[in-house]
Amino acid sequence: MATVYINDKAVDIGDKKLNLVQAAELAGVTIPHYCYHPALSVVASCRMCLVEVGEKKPDGTVVMQPRVIPACQTPAKDNTVIQTATAKSKSAQAQTLESILLNHPLDCPVCDKAGECKLQDYSYNYGNSESRMVDDKNTPPNKPDLGNNISLFTDRCIMCSRCVRFTREISGTAELHVINRGSHAEIDIFPTEPLNNKLASNVVDLCPVGALASKDFLYTHRVWNLKTQDSVCAGCSTGCSIHLDTNKNVVYRLRPRENPNAQGYFMCDDGRLGYHYVNSSNRISKPNLKLDSGADISSWKDIMLSLRSELKAVASKNASGVAAMLSPFLTVEEGFLLATFIKSISPKAKLVLGPVPVVGEDDHYPKTRGSVPVNVKFTIRNEKCPNKKGIEEVIKHFEGEVVLVSDYLNKNSPDALFIAAGYQGEEVSWFDNNLLSQFKKIKLLITQDLFPSALTDASKYVIPSAAFSEKEGTFVNFAGLAQELHWACVPLKQVRTDGQVYLDLLERKGLLQAANIRDEISKSIPYFSRLAGGKLGSDGIHLVNLA
Amino acid sequence: MKADEITWVKSPEFGVMDQIFLPAIFTGLVTTLTHMGSTLFGPKKDVVTQQFPEQRPHLPANYRGVHRLNRDDEGRVKCVACYMCSTACPAHCIDIVAAPSPWPDREKYPEVFVIDELRCIYCGMCEQACPVDAIELTTLYDLTGHSREEMIFNKEKLLSVFDKTVAMGTDPIRTTHGRLGVASEPASSGVTGSSSMQT
Repeated sequence: MATVYINDKAVDIGDKKLNLVQAAELAGVTIPHYCYHPALSVVASCRMCLVEVGEKKPDGTVVMQPRVIPACQTPAKDNTVIQTATAKSKSAQAQTLESILLNHPLDCPVCDKAGECKLQDYSYNYGNSESRMVDDKNTPPNKPDLGNNISLFTDRCIMCSRCVRFTREISGTAELHVINRGSHAEIDIFPTEPLNNKLASNVVDLCPVGALASKDFLYTHRVWNLKTQDSVCAGCSTGCSIHLDTNKNVVYRLRPRENPNAQGYFMCDDGRLGYHYVNSSNRISKPNLKLDSGADISSWKDIMLSLRSELKAVASKNASGVAAMLSPFLTVEEGFLLATFIKSISPKAKLVLGPVPVVGEDDHYPKTRGSVPVNVKFTIRNEKCPNKKGIEEVIKHFEGEVVLVSDYLNKNSPDALFIAAGYQGEEVSWFDNNLLSQFKKIKLLITQDLFPSALTDASKYVIPSAAFSEKEGTFVNFAGLAQELHWACVPLKQVRTDGQVYLDLLERKGLLQAANIRDEISKSIPYFSRLAGGKLGSDGIHLVNLA
Repeated sequence: MKADEITWVKSPEFGVMDQIFLPAIFTGLVTTLTHMGSTLFGPKKDVVTQQFPEQRPHLPANYRGVHRLNRDDEGRVKCVACYMCSTACPAHCIDIVAAPSPWPDREKYPEVFVIDELRCIYCGMCEQACPVDAIELTTLYDLTGHSREEMIFNKEKLLSVFDKTVAMGTDPIRTTHGRLGVASEPASSGVTGSSSMQT
């Protein structure tokens, strides 16, 4: 038990090993800081967190130290006293900011960070409105090719060295370093060694000012116009928690969201930059039914009626002739609703798992010289889908075992197959020619997907799918962590979210409420019993106890 | 403010003469007739009536008419595509698409800059928000067009308003200021520090 006094407020920090910034956070007091980051080592170089620190003696008197002390580097112990609002602390903060701003170009209007810049925020809250600098500012040249995705505006840098420490401690690739000394210090790369590791873009989020910029987002939008929604990255089975920044139904960027249950503080560039397919104009924009006469129907009402009756007709002839493929890109709710629908058509209908995209091996960070990863801080999984675990559990519940679609089609020839695909990515096709030829043998093909393909051409029914940014639901990551997706964009006019389509097929009234469906799933599938109530919170819920 | 500092003023009560309004009407007519008389018979400098459209009025320089996009010394668009005007605009009539600038002395410029002149309410907030004095409202007041599309002004048209108003002399270039960077320095201290944008 340890008690820390922050601005005369007592806070019990228990047995936790905290520094003064973290302890103050518990008391609801913000100590401004640039170089300190909970995931990185402490260097106390920015001097922004200078505060007055003292100790409460057993007799009740308080003895303050005569100088201001960096809060990030000072461990909180019993009876520590912190004063952040005294004249001494305030003058330390203001003077630090004046010093940091000496060479800052103040080009906020053209800086992409403006609006979410710590230098702006702290200057406003703790700084002076005037600078006493009379000399010319340093104008080091920009480095637009720091990496394929990263550009450095050298003059805006405040030398907090977060990016340097990130590449050394988290990615382990150590591309960045500080060159020169004093006010001429700059961030730089080694010649011919650009910042191109798969975690590189995290330095843009880490940068408290606008020095490091993502080329993908650069100049596309001002941040104050963006609306942020909590979501989950659909790039791999790590299931990074993310912020989805959108405006007017366009996704502009993905940012990692701190989640100790999922990935920590960061995300990989594959996930971060892999969202562009969502905004693509090539996506299937309306449902389509190819009639035998060659005519096309694209009215939802007619297609739903016809789809249901046609599946029932197939099932009445051959009870086990209906099958559905559930892709690992569906949410748990969607998988459950589709499975319920297919089983309501025919209890003998078969549910199979769609192809699981796997690329290479799991990619562990930090990179080390040896081949065996030690002290892993971040992993990019080779399973490039967000919800294999969740869909497997749904199929297991209905079928008892999980069978891959290719294995199933090798041994069986169903009369009708509902393909719920929704695989992300525009360029790469999720099926190979073998699978396509197997699909083509099936008389009644119903395909639900994001992009037109040879498969949609061969299908009688084509139903548009919604991207992860447009739907609500649950993804279960590789470790059984269930996380909530929230919609940030509205699908195109004629597109219904996958879950809504299944709800309509089931003839259930109303709009899809993911929380209600989750509650329903928790009652019928024991694996998901912890989803009871439907609320997962921002950090998600582990469905199984961790070993 | 203390209670004893407040002076309560009552509006004057209407008397009989005020209630019948006729005296006020006659007072007004006297003003009109005086102006008419001075226009017809008085010296030319007292003429109040303007013969619009043959005679164009001289509007004050702060009149808020059609927008223009200013050019810098080299004839390039001054705008740095910071979106401050579109953020400040209460009518949401400004659309900007930013792009990396082709010039070495700045980072960003507007690839597209469109103002919907019909949607605009001519409040002048864009002018105030602009950190580089790139957008200004001119004294051009008689804006007409044959279609709504014609009234959506793009970058070229807004620059041509600048050329036109400068040539006419109605709205001369008001300031050569307009480089980013001096936000924190007080104007009076004679600071010469580098205020230019860096590349």
